[in-house]
Amino acid sequence: MNLNFWVIQAFNGISYGALLFLVGSGLSLIFGVMRIVNLSHGSYFLLGGYVALSVIWTTDSWLLAIPVAALAIALVGLVMERVFLRPLGFDPLRQVLLTVGFAFLFQQAALDIWTGNNFDINPPAALSKSIAIGGIYFPLYRVFMIVTAAAIGLALWLAMEKTRLGAQVRATVDDAEMARGVGIDTSRISMMIFSLGAFLAALGGVIGGAFLGIYPGLDFEMLPIAFAVVIIGGMGSLGGAAIGALLVGLADNFGKALFPEISYFTLYAPMALILAIKPTGLFGRE
Amino acid sequence: MSSQAVKIAIVVAALAAVLLVVPNTNSFVMLLTTRALAFAILVMSVDILLGYTGLASLGQAAYLAVGAYATAILATKYHIGLGWDFWLVLLFGMLVGAALAALFGLFAIRATGVYFLMITLALGQCVWGLAYRWNSLTGGDNGINLRERPKFGPIDLANENTFFFLVFAVFCVSLVMMYTLVRSPFGRSLAGIRERELRMKILGYNTWLHKYIAFIIAGAFGGLSGVLWAHTAGIVSPVNVELPTSVDALLMAVLGGSGTLVGGVIGTFIVFFLREYLSTVVPWWQYVLGVVYVATILYLPTGLMGIPERLRQWRAKSGNPQSRKLAPAAS
Repeated sequence: MNLNFWVIQAFNGISYGALLFLVGSGLSLIFGVMRIVNLSHGSYFLLGGYVALSVIWTTDSWLLAIPVAALAIALVGLVMERVFLRPLGFDPLRQVLLTVGFAFLFQQAALDIWTGNNFDINPPAALSKSIAIGGIYFPLYRVFMIVTAAAIGLALWLAMEKTRLGAQVRATVDDAEMARGVGIDTSRISMMIFSLGAFLAALGGVIGGAFLGIYPGLDFEMLPIAFAVVIIGGMGSLGGAAIGALLVGLADNFGKALFPEISYFTLYAPMALILAIKPTGLFGRE
Repeated sequence: MSSQAVKIAIVVAALAAVLLVVPNTNSFVMLLTTRALAFAILVMSVDILLGYTGLASLGQAAYLAVGAYATAILATKYHIGLGWDFWLVLLFGMLVGAALAALFGLFAIRATGVYFLMITLALGQCVWGLAYRWNSLTGGDNGINLRERPKFGPIDLANENTFFFLVFAVFCVSLVMMYTLVRSPFGRSLAGIRERELRMKILGYNTWLHKYIAFIIAGAFGGLSGVLWAHTAGIVSPVNVELPTSVDALLMAVLGGSGTLVGGVIGTFIVFFLREYLSTVVPWWQYVLGVVYVATILYLPTGLMGIPERLRQWRAKSGNPQSRKLAPAAS
């Protein structure tokens, strides 16, 4: 175990964390604004990957696949929020069960449309190379993932902190009732945040599909990891999601490399511990 | 006869019908019934938390899993639990489930609502992670195959018929035990906590301890269900701890109607038979299941067991003017 090992593992952890940020930030915002535990978030991730595959098969364009898939799934999220979740009212159990019912429906739909085979999303050749720095080879695609996540994180942060709409979202996270009281249309905010979350998850699916693959069951594999990110970072906090994603990405990589037999345990035990001690997560708002 | 006695009579009659009819059907139905009965114990344990205490757990599969893994490991590695000592393993499974719940409860019980959902999810994933990765103990992804079922002298549980009777008997005992629990003063105070925890606190109840004990009891029955499940399925693998398994248990309880115990059993049977039977008939069976779930949550929040009550309300509402005209003395 020399320096190279640590550098490569850290790099892999950070790039995995970048992917997790895309999935986790949406989930975190949805929870923060609507207090909904969205169990179909993993499905958005998987469906995003599948839609991207279809786009690539028909148009042969990877670049086109990214926005098309993300927007398509954002639309799915929008419809789900408007037609099913909104009329349900506030009852955490029913909301959770409804989203999980949809997760099962999506699972079957994906199986019907895209069969049960494993697929890979192949990025363009330009991104499939590696670059060598100091004798260590870094896959360019992972660098791309980190850059993308950082750019999106920055854009989200600017939108949240510097725009009027962002201020409204933050107000809704802090106290939805008061926000309504001062004239913020929280219903519209919820709708936008829910489809934004779906958008980000689908984006993660397209980008992550290149090295995780796209296969049935990925939805429920991704879901608990996304929750780990959200819980460790704190619900409803963008910065928290970034740090949570980084921590989970690193913990996952080093866990698998250093103590493979208990690697998932090292991921979820801290999550349970944090929840027990500080339910709002490390950086969550009270 | 009071209405409660009528309900008990109906349940007993239904169980008797199962006992009489199922052994005379084909092996497919019997296998499914055995599976559903074993799993129904887990679903009832979910209902003790959900329906009687107001805690929705998303990690109940963990207790089934420890019971099942304990059974499988004892049987394959140490050859324990394949004779009369099966009954000891049954007890041990309950103990392991209770012990795990006693540990997890320390973390989980403080939380309420959405946070309880998520913390039980996290704790369940801890167990899943261990089952999935701890190859030397759990066999990792492949799980553990159980090749033998217990033999009591001349009685061999490898016979599906005999095994069905065993599972049926354990199921009935569990049902009676859980029913006694929820009707006991302890069960009544749990319901009080579900309705309004603050009031119970003011009345001097230690609500944390009540919930903690309920959590442990649910864990014990989860472990018991795991012991039966291991021998029913013949294989124990990380699938048994996956999030969808916990979600299934929760959905079955809600589908049947939470807070009724029996509702959960009905929900389990419906889902098992829909899933196994429908999948042999049509390829799109999971849509049916998904729609059943979504429709239940949207239109029938009280579950199937809530239908009679809703009908009564509906009839009272729509039939009121008429009944006043026609039969004023009826009430």
